[in-house]
Amino acid sequence: MNNSFIRKIDWLTVILYFSLVFIGWINIYSSSVTEGAGVSVFDFSTFYGKQLTFIGLSSVFITLILAVDAKFYQKFAGIIYLVLVGALAGVFIFGKTIAGQTAWYDLGFMSIQPAEFAKTGTALALAEYLSDSQTNIKYLKYQLKGFLIIVLPIIFILLQPDPGSAMVFLAFIPVMYREGLPSWYLLAGLGLVTLFVTTLIFGAVWVCIAVFSFLTLYYLWRKRKKKMVSVLPFITLLIITVVVTSSVRFTFDNIFKQHHRDRINLWLKLEHDPAKLREIRKSIGYNTYQSESAISSGGFSGKGFLEGTRTKGGFVPEQHTDYIFSTVGEEWGFIGSTTVVLLFCFLLLRLLFLAERQKSKFSRIYGYSVAAILFFHFAINIGMVIGLLPTVGIPLPFFSYGGSGLWAFTLLLFVFVKLDANQINEWDDFSEFH
Amino acid sequence: MRKLLLSSIIIFVALIYIGRLSYLQLISGNKDSPLNDTAIKQVFDYPERGYIYDRNGGLLVANQPSYDVMVIPREVKSLDTLEFCSLLNISEEDFIKKYKKAYTYSPRLPSVFVPQLSKQEYAALQEKMRKYEGFYIQKRSLRHYQTAYGANIFGYIREVSEYDLRNNPSYQSGELIGIQGVEEYYESTLRGRKGIKYIQKDRFNRDIGPYKNGAYDTLPEQGKDIQLTIDIDLQAYGEKLMVNKRGGIVAIEPKTGEILALVTAPSYDPSLLVGRQRSRNYTELYYDSIANPLYDRSLLAMYPPGSPFKTLNALVALQEHVIEPSHRLTCQNGYYYKGRRLMGCHCGGGSWDLVRGVALSCNGYFATVYRKIIDKYPTSAEGMTAWEKHMKSFGLGDYLGYDLPIGKAGRIPDATMYNRMYGKHRWYSTTNLSNAIGQGEILTTPIQLANFTATIANKGYYYTPHVLKSIENQPLKDKKFTEKKYTTIDAKYFDPVIEGMAEVYRNGTARYFQVPGIDIAGKTGTAENFTRIDGKRTQLTDHSIFVAFAPVENPKIAIAVFVENGYWGSRYAAPIASVMIEKYLKGEVTRQDLEKRMLETSLEKEYEKPYSGKPFRINE
Repeated sequence: MNNSFIRKIDWLTVILYFSLVFIGWINIYSSSVTEGAGVSVFDFSTFYGKQLTFIGLSSVFITLILAVDAKFYQKFAGIIYLVLVGALAGVFIFGKTIAGQTAWYDLGFMSIQPAEFAKTGTALALAEYLSDSQTNIKYLKYQLKGFLIIVLPIIFILLQPDPGSAMVFLAFIPVMYREGLPSWYLLAGLGLVTLFVTTLIFGAVWVCIAVFSFLTLYYLWRKRKKKMVSVLPFITLLIITVVVTSSVRFTFDNIFKQHHRDRINLWLKLEHDPAKLREIRKSIGYNTYQSESAISSGGFSGKGFLEGTRTKGGFVPEQHTDYIFSTVGEEWGFIGSTTVVLLFCFLLLRLLFLAERQKSKFSRIYGYSVAAILFFHFAINIGMVIGLLPTVGIPLPFFSYGGSGLWAFTLLLFVFVKLDANQINEWDDFSEFH
Repeated sequence: MRKLLLSSIIIFVALIYIGRLSYLQLISGNKDSPLNDTAIKQVFDYPERGYIYDRNGGLLVANQPSYDVMVIPREVKSLDTLEFCSLLNISEEDFIKKYKKAYTYSPRLPSVFVPQLSKQEYAALQEKMRKYEGFYIQKRSLRHYQTAYGANIFGYIREVSEYDLRNNPSYQSGELIGIQGVEEYYESTLRGRKGIKYIQKDRFNRDIGPYKNGAYDTLPEQGKDIQLTIDIDLQAYGEKLMVNKRGGIVAIEPKTGEILALVTAPSYDPSLLVGRQRSRNYTELYYDSIANPLYDRSLLAMYPPGSPFKTLNALVALQEHVIEPSHRLTCQNGYYYKGRRLMGCHCGGGSWDLVRGVALSCNGYFATVYRKIIDKYPTSAEGMTAWEKHMKSFGLGDYLGYDLPIGKAGRIPDATMYNRMYGKHRWYSTTNLSNAIGQGEILTTPIQLANFTATIANKGYYYTPHVLKSIENQPLKDKKFTEKKYTTIDAKYFDPVIEGMAEVYRNGTARYFQVPGIDIAGKTGTAENFTRIDGKRTQLTDHSIFVAFAPVENPKIAIAVFVENGYWGSRYAAPIASVMIEKYLKGEVTRQDLEKRMLETSLEKEYEKPYSGKPFRINE
């Protein structure tokens, strides 16, 4: 690495990364420090001590990632992908089970979760596949192959089972859309989710009636403008609606597990039996309730560092990992929590800006994948903590406690930082001509 | 378009989240108040309850420490139950039952295991307590009575009930509240204000230290001491005189309305309702439905007032100008109307002026007086209304408004009532002639009797009777108790009536109970009364009534004595009143025979009669 390379690194991204990691650690410290312990921050028996080590080690990794030749990531994308999928399969033989999930390798001093790293592998492989000049995502054959790359890790992760992490792989859909995947995939996906949710709330009959009336009005409106309109697509849509809505109940009651149902019931306020509702509130709703109250009690400017009463009292379960944002809300208030949201927002937009700037298609797709994955984590995690989305146990990137997660996100991000820096290096001299 | 989709979604989601955060933290946020935070526990520091003194500064009610054995079930380790049970004086069964109850309430929170140990029990237990993990001793303050008398005035304190908690959010479970008497009426004064400490706790409800180093904590405010108007010696004397009798004595200082003694009989020792035995003793008192010791007869018992009421009829007649003090009215050994004898009399017959009429308590005289009042008006209803208005100005027929939480209105009949009973224009002064002699539809409580006696002593006004003299040496300022209440009778009309009442002592029905050196004015009364035995209306021995005030020239005490089934007024009520007056004014009683007789007489045999199941004779 020479001086010119260092200058070509996108320092804004690096600064945003370190700010988030730093703020994250401050809050891990606050939510795991015990009163009167009075020990150094390097106490490795504590979460904050361990996390500080993880942060230190990620700086080493960053150096390594940046030192590797940028071409390595593209050339070996397929192999990295296969190794990581292999690692996902390997947990069922060599891994250990924590809280019912066979998702970890035990390294003695810490545990590694391959699913976290598989996101980088999948992003590399997908970027490699889509950037191939022979691939044309507009055709079904290539779409299927592209989906296969995504679905393979999803299957293993679902088997662990870790549906939360598996869900994050849906982040690749908008990436493929950016590269030309037909819009109806998104529309169909959106449509299905909408039908599912509305059917749960209003019941199949009312949803069908609503869709029918909407389609009829739309059809009539179109007919008035144009003489000839085919009835067929409208009828097809209606049939799909009827089939989907009538199967929602069955899917919900028989395929979903009880704890999934509880989360959705709580989220959509579907449970009306007060006894059951109390039961759900006590188990699943407890986390959400405590985290919302903690955030709410922060007010405008927060209670101050180490002054969060609910944080101190350990009221919010898993506060140092998935619910770390509630500490921000309680101790730093509206100012702090908005700052964190905006920092993430800037980082994501910066990444998209950088991705669009890439001259190589591979780098662009990879960059897009990084932004999309980070965004999914951000949106699902904070949405859950502030009570807008149902409970899904995935970490907040750079914030949540855990070496595995921190390193995986660092890897994901800095491979792109390397690609970005390198691309300018390679193409700098004659980019004006393109 | 495709390039912008993800960026737009990111911005959109960020905006929604900021919106949600503004809602949570800016709109619905509870602004860091430790009161609203479930992570902050409030620990209360209960102040000591105020002391109660009598009018001469003698301490009546103080506090004593009491010790509760508390348990936190989760922290209990295996222990020598046998030893522990014998220390606490409970059976092993009890131990298991109490433990289970505490565990059901909460394994983590403390609950009372054995309440209110005595000092001796505490001393025995204290040094061994550390052996029993999960148990500890909590100090509380209980009442300590310095006197065995005055229970009905003090009331008592007990733990707040669910009902109290619902109605009064300023109480916490386990806190003490005053019930009845001054403990209830002056609860907020005696109670003080509790201090609050805020303690940071974790999600298992365990303490992890003071919140913000106690920045929000408040100190308890001591309960205020109060001084009563009661003269505890007089009160005790009155209660002793009423032993084995039922009824009430009320003594009032006419010049101030201060209640000097408020005796109900039977009563009980206030110390019975303190400590571990409270509940058992209370139940015992509560279920004694015959003697009814918890029933304050001095305030609640409504009886026909009998002859003392004649003095009021005389006053009304003077005010209405229907008689002159010197006018003689003839009694034919009873009152006859259209040849029928409506009322008997013991005066022996003759013509009497007002003073003699009062002194002899002549029924015939007052029947005539009453008829003159009612018949002065064109209709009986109008006459009745005028009469009723005068009577009510003496504080009769309505709540007096004294500073104790219980009471009865009594009853002064009015035209509406008779219209309902007999029909409009279908009744006359002869219909309710019993009102002339304080029988019939009139009902008064002993405190009302005492109050109108004080009003006569004051020649036309009274202060609302009260038991509070001062709070922390600040005299009572409530206008309700410091403003004169005037009657509708002019002062000049009182003299002949008072003269008549003085004559009662000199030559009348109470002549045997004169107190050497003190001029007393009084009036005896005998009230017929009835009960139901097996659904049959049965007459019981008359109630013995006496009202008096002394000294006549400068009244210092007005007293009403009421002895249930004591027969005629001068049999028990009059002698009791006379020794009470002597005791109060002289400090001792010179007529020791009389005193001894009154202290020792028992009317229990009389009270057993209606319950004996056998036929019995009354008025013997």
